[in-house]
Amino acid sequence: MGYTGPLADKDRIFTNVYGFQEPWLKAAQLRGDWDDTAKLIQIGQDAIIDKIKASGLRGRGGAGFPTGMKWSFMPKEPKPGKPNFLVINADESEPGSCKDREIIRHDPHKLIEGALIAGFAMRARAGYIYIRGEFIQESRVLERAVAEAYEAGLLGKNAAGSGYDFDLFVHRGAGAYICGEETAMLESLEGKQGKPRLKPPFPAGAGLYGCPTTVNNVESIAVVPTILRRTPEWFAGIGREKNEGTKLFQLSGHINTPCVVEESMSISFRELIDRHGGGIRGGWDNLLAVIPGGSSVPLVPAAEIIDAPMDFDGLKALGSGLGTAAVIVMDKSTDIVRAISRISYFYKHESCGQCTPCREGTGWMWRMMEKLRDGDADVADIDKLLDVTKQVEGHTICALGDAAAWPIQGLVRHFRPELERRIAEHAGRKLLEAAE
Amino acid sequence: MPKVIVDGVEIEVPQGATVLQACELAGKEIPRFCYHERLSIAGNCRMCLVEVSPGPPKPQASCALPAADGQTIRTDTPMVKKAREGVMEFLLINHPLDCPICDQGGECDLQDQAMAYGRSGSRYEENKRAVDDKYMGPVIKTSMTRCIQCTRCIRFSEEVAGVDEIGMLYRGEDSQITTYLERTVSTELAGNLADVCPVGALLQKPQLFEQRPWELRRVPGVDVMDAVGSNIRLDVRQRQVMRVLPRINEDVNEEWISDKTRHHVDALVRNRLDRPWVREKGKLRETSWQEALQIFAKKLKKAGSKVATIGGDLLDAETMYAAKKLLEGQGSKLLEGRQTGMTYDTSSLSAVAFNSTIAGIEGADVVLLVGSNIRWEAPLIATRVRKVARKGGKIFAIGPEIDLGMKVQWLGDDLKLLGDLPKDVTEAFANAERPAVIVGPGALAAGGLGAALALLQPLGLLKGEWNGFNVLHTAASRMAGLILGYAQPGGIADLEAANPELVLLLGADEMAADRFNGAYKVYIGHHGDNGAKQADLILPGAAYAEKHGTYVNTEGRVQWSERAVFPPGDAREDWSILRAVSGVLGSPLQFDSYDELRAAMIAEFPQLGRSGLVDLPWAPPALNAKASGAIRYPIADFFLTNAISRNSPTMRRCSEELVQGASFQEAAE
Repeated sequence: MGYTGPLADKDRIFTNVYGFQEPWLKAAQLRGDWDDTAKLIQIGQDAIIDKIKASGLRGRGGAGFPTGMKWSFMPKEPKPGKPNFLVINADESEPGSCKDREIIRHDPHKLIEGALIAGFAMRARAGYIYIRGEFIQESRVLERAVAEAYEAGLLGKNAAGSGYDFDLFVHRGAGAYICGEETAMLESLEGKQGKPRLKPPFPAGAGLYGCPTTVNNVESIAVVPTILRRTPEWFAGIGREKNEGTKLFQLSGHINTPCVVEESMSISFRELIDRHGGGIRGGWDNLLAVIPGGSSVPLVPAAEIIDAPMDFDGLKALGSGLGTAAVIVMDKSTDIVRAISRISYFYKHESCGQCTPCREGTGWMWRMMEKLRDGDADVADIDKLLDVTKQVEGHTICALGDAAAWPIQGLVRHFRPELERRIAEHAGRKLLEAAE
Repeated sequence: MPKVIVDGVEIEVPQGATVLQACELAGKEIPRFCYHERLSIAGNCRMCLVEVSPGPPKPQASCALPAADGQTIRTDTPMVKKAREGVMEFLLINHPLDCPICDQGGECDLQDQAMAYGRSGSRYEENKRAVDDKYMGPVIKTSMTRCIQCTRCIRFSEEVAGVDEIGMLYRGEDSQITTYLERTVSTELAGNLADVCPVGALLQKPQLFEQRPWELRRVPGVDVMDAVGSNIRLDVRQRQVMRVLPRINEDVNEEWISDKTRHHVDALVRNRLDRPWVREKGKLRETSWQEALQIFAKKLKKAGSKVATIGGDLLDAETMYAAKKLLEGQGSKLLEGRQTGMTYDTSSLSAVAFNSTIAGIEGADVVLLVGSNIRWEAPLIATRVRKVARKGGKIFAIGPEIDLGMKVQWLGDDLKLLGDLPKDVTEAFANAERPAVIVGPGALAAGGLGAALALLQPLGLLKGEWNGFNVLHTAASRMAGLILGYAQPGGIADLEAANPELVLLLGADEMAADRFNGAYKVYIGHHGDNGAKQADLILPGAAYAEKHGTYVNTEGRVQWSERAVFPPGDAREDWSILRAVSGVLGSPLQFDSYDELRAAMIAEFPQLGRSGLVDLPWAPPALNAKASGAIRYPIADFFLTNAISRNSPTMRRCSEELVQGASFQEAAE
């Protein structure tokens, strides 16, 4: 077991995540970015992939797939007319998540340098950064940073003096959550409606414009240069086994100081909140539940989460997930049913409408949640709702169906008594009204 | 070939097959809505879920999953049953369930599959969604609340019809299918949209609320609207053909038909000739069959051998044979079917046939269209050529530029180009394995057949079994007519030069009225159209749906069409009129029934007795290879090309809207 925090300042990758310094090239170089990138590239393509594998880096976008392994699926020798592509997913739209935004607006050169190295390692001819449409200021920063890098010869022909040609494009989305799904993102990049593709074929076989493509999260790419500079062993020395590294946690909700903070993986929830979140509003006894990984993962009640390690496997054991590590804390003043109902509305609103269970199911689930909010339902309706979530989960083309189902399943699993109480109360009120 | 196990039965499936196809090969029925054999895979209805191992522990969409060696597929587990019930429930929660007032009722995939795979009751207590109806043109009625967003219509219009005009707006449960700005779908294949629609969202507008499928008698027929010979099904209620649907024939029309084929049926009960008429002092007078036949016989006797017959475009071979025999009795050989005066050489029928075959043209890798508006002349061959273009094959065309619904490189409109093809064309043909040329009626009329035949060697159109030389006709009767000798070297002008005293217009409605001015014109046909207007004696005959008949399509395929209804009023089958008048003449033709007629015809022309492709020995004649002049497409209006379609209100409406560009867009109530 590696070191599980608190993370020392010397081990931080994102040294400007709070924006105390400038994001631009000069300041970034002072922070160590673009420091002899050509030497990192000279390590060689397969060696870089091996090093990333050895670091234990798992994808930071939510699914936690090992990044090095993902890169190794790319063809070693691209066919003529079928170049490899790197696509960087900056369509950060998950409620609660706000880490990619901080990286882009305060430390964009980490991402750009990472893109070059990752692109080189997977033999990509070009990279695309698909940035969320609502990130207007962020996209300006990113575009300027990319322009700076081109001007300094860090991108384009013979990028950073490495002898490798690599182009990087910034593409703005139009404001659809579903475009954060990797194949929907490719469709959107191609100029079509952002609707997820059927898999197989996977993007590594036929992705952007039918060419081999790897889609990675911003954070996964941005940590790459530092891993190579400080050695994979350093990175793997942080966090528990199979959950190595540092991670940007996004603390929001009923805590005293909400923030985005880089911490070591597997830090316990209590330590994370006490150290960076300023504690729970009204003290630890006031904690009701936590959504530990963005709106799509099931909530975890207070008692189970307080001493749990915040990593992929630790939260999976609790029936939830790390997701993007967007920790939404809810104290006892929260109307938990209303909170989940609002999340249901979000998924209903963002369903692309392509496949049946999600298109029809998300609306149905939201409407039932709204009824349960007031208790205007029957106890049997809880089971009906649960059954409907099971009918959606695992039956759809992409994971949005699962994401819509899990929060509700988490609610029913942990707060069924609360739902039943509301139903009984409502029935009692009805009875009184009828008696008068 | 991969081996898979479907519900415990091991079967071998073709390489590249999907799990759904594997299940079907194993005899398992897989419910589906979005999957369609002839369209790309969407995988969005989620109805075809099955359990596959190895694989994730959740049901998989079988339509999109490739069958792989060693797979174990289960279609009968509780997980699959539950998944189907779940999807079915989702599809139905926002479906109006207005089956009693829905035209699709009785032939609805959703209805059938809900019965077979759904739960018996509904758990949905919220309000249902309602969606505004959309305007899609004269042949498609929409009822969008019923739509289940399977996107078959989107894929059909884009992939088969070649018009990218239907799409999905908005997202999630607000998704709506519509045409761009609710404009008419500008395709002549729109009727098929209602066929591919698995629910009652897209319906045939002309037949709305007219019938129920279980009231109809189904009769197999062959289409006569063009020379493709699409296989159709005539659905009959009592004495009326209510609608036309395609029959599947992979060699001809796959499972599509054009809107003209589908929606001309309302003309079969309009403006029909149902009694004989005779012209006296310029005016038509009703008459009896007895008198009409007497007049006909008298005129025939007087004319002797100076008798000519013009065969119409919609004729069956039997009728043409009977007329040929009648003229032989008179000692005349003046037969012609090319009413518009075309004179192309017919010494070898193989040189004027569609030699690649309709299904075969799909396999071509480069195509040169010469004077062919293929989209209007043969919409169902156009779909095949479109497949070539979609696969990346190059399509070149000579003729006035038009929208063919595919990527076409236009070379110009002068026939001279045939003798001087640009370098990129010759290069593309040199590199092609199966190059093809399609000579359309525009080129035939301009005298381009010889110049096109001269390309055989330079373009390498003959490669082993492959014959890439194709001539596209537009008349259903043409190939049979050519076999029966309805062609003179100089075309119709030869007939005029012979100065006949009597001209028999056998369903001939396209001939210019100023021809044969001095002759007595007898018209046998079914509609009061151009032919009847110039005739001195009108004898009411039968339309194609009212008689058995043999047809030969442009590739030389012999097909037999069945009688669906009887001719209206006093109208009779054409051959029986000819037989009757021969009786009055005192030299009766040697057949007293349709069967005897057919037997006599087959005895003389055995090739017409065998269904399938006629064997046309390849012997291209040496013709003058010089040709020049601008090409004109002979079809001015796709929807109004013959006596039947000109009398159809639906076809006239289509013409006004799609050809003349009138706007009928109405607020969709």
